[in-house]
Amino acid sequence: MNSLTSYLAISSILFSLGIYGVITRKNAVAILMSVELILNASGLNFVAFNRFSGLGKNLLDGQVFTIFIIVLAAAEAAVALAIIINLYKNYDTVNVDEANTLKG
Amino acid sequence: MADFPFYLIASITIASAYWVVVSSRLIYSAIALLFTLFGIAGLYICLYADFLAASQVIVYVGGILVLIIFGVMLTSKISNVSFQHASRNQIAGSFFALGIFTLIFTVAMRTEWPEYELTSIKGTTEILGTMILTEYLLPFEAVSVLLLSALVGAAMLSRRGDS
Repeated sequence: MNSLTSYLAISSILFSLGIYGVITRKNAVAILMSVELILNASGLNFVAFNRFSGLGKNLLDGQVFTIFIIVLAAAEAAVALAIIINLYKNYDTVNVDEANTLKG
Repeated sequence: MADFPFYLIASITIASAYWVVVSSRLIYSAIALLFTLFGIAGLYICLYADFLAASQVIVYVGGILVLIIFGVMLTSKISNVSFQHASRNQIAGSFFALGIFTLIFTVAMRTEWPEYELTSIKGTTEILGTMILTEYLLPFEAVSVLLLSALVGAAMLSRRGDS
């Protein structure tokens, strides 16, 4: 069953696991890992659709988009970890439910 | 049995992704994320995306995962129990995630996708390089400036001392 729908099934499972992680995790680093899962699921979708539409005609737009997703994920991980380390320095915790200074 | 490697890679990817989101120790989650990222690189190879598989391994496993493990190590007190952490809202989260999965899965299964048969396949690196430097030149430059500014900003945010 090496068809488009099997890849779509895998990426939808990865996406919903990432959503589950973002909702249930307390630790900010774990939330970042779940976001990486979501980004990977979307990249897998781009490559799968490209494989079953454009690859035979040497059009690789989906793979170019996946390269951009990887670059954005790298930038996001760097900034997010800088913020998390600052949070740990100032509040001595990385649990997002304890960082509630802005809460009214 | 020709599809056996595909099923193996897919099951490794999904099982380790599940372990990423349910493991009670952060460092186990990070190690499981390693297997997930390798599995996705394997799926890219199954989809004839050779350059993307290589860059996935280099950037994600060699870069982002190392950053995440640094983040785990720097923000957890290994000596006390706060290294273990709890989840919350598990019932609501699983209902929400299951709903999203059902929605996406049924839509993906019900739609009639066009099927293309591949006649000849050549390496994607040359085509990708040409596309990035001709058709996608402006987004490429924009994303490189964004990456540079994000890394400089991250270095400025996390430096020690007065700011």
